[in-house]
Amino acid sequence: MRELSQHILDLLQNGIEAGATRLELDIDDDEQANRLTITVCDNGRGMDEETLQRVTDPFYTTRTTRHVGLGLPLLQAAAERCAGGLTIASQPGQGTVVTATFQRDHIDRAPLGDMVTTVMSVLLSAHECDLVYRHRANGRVFTLDSAELREALGDVPLSHPAVRSWIQSYIQEGLDALNGADDEASSGAVAKESDNATSQVAG
Amino acid sequence: MPQVKSLDELRKLREQVKEEISTRIETGTTIIVGMGTCGIAAGARDTMHAILQELDKRQISAHVRTVGCIGMCAREPLVDIEQAGKPRVTYGNVTPDMVPRLIEEHLKNGHVIEEWVVGRKTTDEIGL
Repeated sequence: MRELSQHILDLLQNGIEAGATRLELDIDDDEQANRLTITVCDNGRGMDEETLQRVTDPFYTTRTTRHVGLGLPLLQAAAERCAGGLTIASQPGQGTVVTATFQRDHIDRAPLGDMVTTVMSVLLSAHECDLVYRHRANGRVFTLDSAELREALGDVPLSHPAVRSWIQSYIQEGLDALNGADDEASSGAVAKESDNATSQVAG
Repeated sequence: MPQVKSLDELRKLREQVKEEISTRIETGTTIIVGMGTCGIAAGARDTMHAILQELDKRQISAHVRTVGCIGMCAREPLVDIEQAGKPRVTYGNVTPDMVPRLIEEHLKNGHVIEEWVVGRKTTDEIGL
């Protein structure tokens, strides 16, 4: 996959396939530590120890429609070739946490890429699942919580064309503000990390 | 300087659109994009991006949804178009450059592009 955001989408889809009702995605882009960390946590059905041991084997999958499962092995290979790695923790009935780390400036590290479309792909999933997306960079954090969006929308679905366009712009503006100048980060969905707030969507 | 939106805007939007919601759900169009590992690796996310852009550009009101792998991995990216009262049509190997024609012919003109079709479900099969 050409972008890390495609791997991220794959991880989030794994959570949806595991029956999760809530996903948490954390991206920590730490320039000082020269590390990019991606964590996806779901409350799906989880895995037992035996499944967990086999999950990075490309010839293992829980699916019955095909016989290979390449998502996690591809991500593991991408992380390991960038002096990073992949860890997976899971409990049956509790959920799964997948963490991938990358040396941020490694020559082989793929760009993060189109996070807006990745997040939209999850929000538009036919299997309704809430997503909390936290993205840290430059000492700031952008947070999107789909449960808050749904609450504000009532019975209007996230897939409504006007709503969909609004959310796309909302994410794009939030991510732009993460990389903007100092005075741009103090409002809306972006906060300085020292504000110690986890949900920064203005209401 | 980017202007970050607030949820108040979304609440206002809700008021604007909620009256036409029931009509849209009953009579509207839904485009479904396969987003399993196979779909993502084949470029399904870019295809979905192209679909969203094309719908916005032409101001076509259609819902877009994503689903997981349905087992036809070799034909990914798969795009289904579902319109009330019509068979659900599945198109295969849909790349972003095919999207404008797909929207023009299927959604605008109501013509199925037979050479791209890989499956169909009748209205009985999809419970209409």
